[in-house]
Amino acid sequence: MAEQKSTTKVELKGVKKRFGSKVVLDGIDLAIEKGKSLVVIGGSGTGKSVMIKCVLGILRPDAGRIYVDEQEVTHLSGRARDQMLRKFGMLFQGSALFDSLPVWENVAFGLIQGRGMNRKQAREVAIEKLAKVGLTADVGNLSPAELSGGMQKRVGLARAIAADPEIIFFDEPTTGLDPIMADIINDLIVTTVKDVGATTLSITHDMVSARKIADRIAMLYRGKIVWEGPTTEIDRSGNDFVDQFIHGRAEGPIKMEVRK
Amino acid sequence: MNIFAPIGRAVLTLLAQTGRLTLFTVAAMTSIVRPPIYIPLIFQQMMRIGYFSLPVVGLTAFFTGGVLALQIYIGGNRYGAEAIVPQIVVLGITRELGPVIAGLMVAGRVSAAIAAEIGTMRVTEQIDALTTLATNPIKYLVVPRLVAAIVSMPLLVAVADSIGVFGGYVVATESLNFNGAVYIKNTVDFMTHQDVNSGLIKAAVFGFIIALMGCYNGFHSRGGAQGVGTATTNAVVSASILILAANYVLTSVLFQT
Repeated sequence: MAEQKSTTKVELKGVKKRFGSKVVLDGIDLAIEKGKSLVVIGGSGTGKSVMIKCVLGILRPDAGRIYVDEQEVTHLSGRARDQMLRKFGMLFQGSALFDSLPVWENVAFGLIQGRGMNRKQAREVAIEKLAKVGLTADVGNLSPAELSGGMQKRVGLARAIAADPEIIFFDEPTTGLDPIMADIINDLIVTTVKDVGATTLSITHDMVSARKIADRIAMLYRGKIVWEGPTTEIDRSGNDFVDQFIHGRAEGPIKMEVRK
Repeated sequence: MNIFAPIGRAVLTLLAQTGRLTLFTVAAMTSIVRPPIYIPLIFQQMMRIGYFSLPVVGLTAFFTGGVLALQIYIGGNRYGAEAIVPQIVVLGITRELGPVIAGLMVAGRVSAAIAAEIGTMRVTEQIDALTTLATNPIKYLVVPRLVAAIVSMPLLVAVADSIGVFGGYVVATESLNFNGAVYIKNTVDFMTHQDVNSGLIKAAVFGFIIALMGCYNGFHSRGGAQGVGTATTNAVVSASILILAANYVLTSVLFQT
């Protein structure tokens, strides 16, 4: 685990979560240093999304503690949680754009609703953020349903960075995109994150993407972190789980879960 | 093998559901009075819940009033009391049929739409996205719909009452040989404030039920397209049953003598 210095931005200590009898997170210990990018890899259904949702307070962990900027946030609610969430931006797997609103309002949503910025000013910020992800101002007037998957991801990314968050979470940023669009999104993630100087946590099973955006990589299996280290060492981790996963072998210690 | 297991499971599910619904209702009710309140969203929902329900509610009220006049005439005829048609039509429409017919029609139209919309937002993670954008989904999605339904239903029922009485008037004057002026005079003389007010109170309660069932089922939908479909069905069925049950309770409370 990372050393206990004042640079730790987000930290999970012994976080557990189960649904009924199904244990999803079985004591997660993880720390992300300020300004660094941590990528959590793992197969489908290993609890990656649940972990992120616990940090955001969308799900309540059954046990363990979560710290943001060394403040415990595990059981925050109401206004205190809204304050905490203002530090966050998140890109969802399916982009999760609001289909009732035009693209620019999606990007500006956190500014208008969360921070009470006036619409005109928020629209200018939205168009500026759209430009950062390579979209022109006229895209702003379209409805999300009119965009392709890759374009929706870009809008989702623009929305995630709209309020200049300190921490950004990426949930499977390249899933469902063709390799070229995936690479474009990876580049955008790297450049936009550098721009705002954010700390990031990504979850993915796309190793190409992980290698490109990660400073450090952690591997999640059966609700536990089985390996964590710098990206450069992933090929000589000496960990059978990691080796099987990054080489995509059917045979090995990892058994695929049938049920979610 | 164990016969108690399925019974126990059913009871536990029922209790869990009741608990979830209670918590959801409390969260929604306390959010109504706490800022931020999204006024433009309330008006937008009033258009969708109230205004756009006018045609369907108006048509059903018209035919209900008409058939009511016809049946009362036939029934009254057996006792030579067919002149009672205007009085019973206005009583039946304002007290019972106006609010109940409008409630059931709006339950079908609006509960389903709310459950489908919020359910889709749930399964596509749009509700989680709201949370991460520091916006409380109960305040942003549920409260505007609840308030809009509670305010628009009485307005809608006032219109339904008028059209229902008009439906009775048309049938009575066109095919039952009533004199139009006498029909209207009898209606107005007989009708009391309490008849109308009780119907409007019922309407507000039905509006609450309609929006709450739509939001609750949408919010708790799981598992993709099928989950949203189930949520939509549950919303309409539970709203309709609760409307009829609440109607009985309200009638017995409002008209106890």
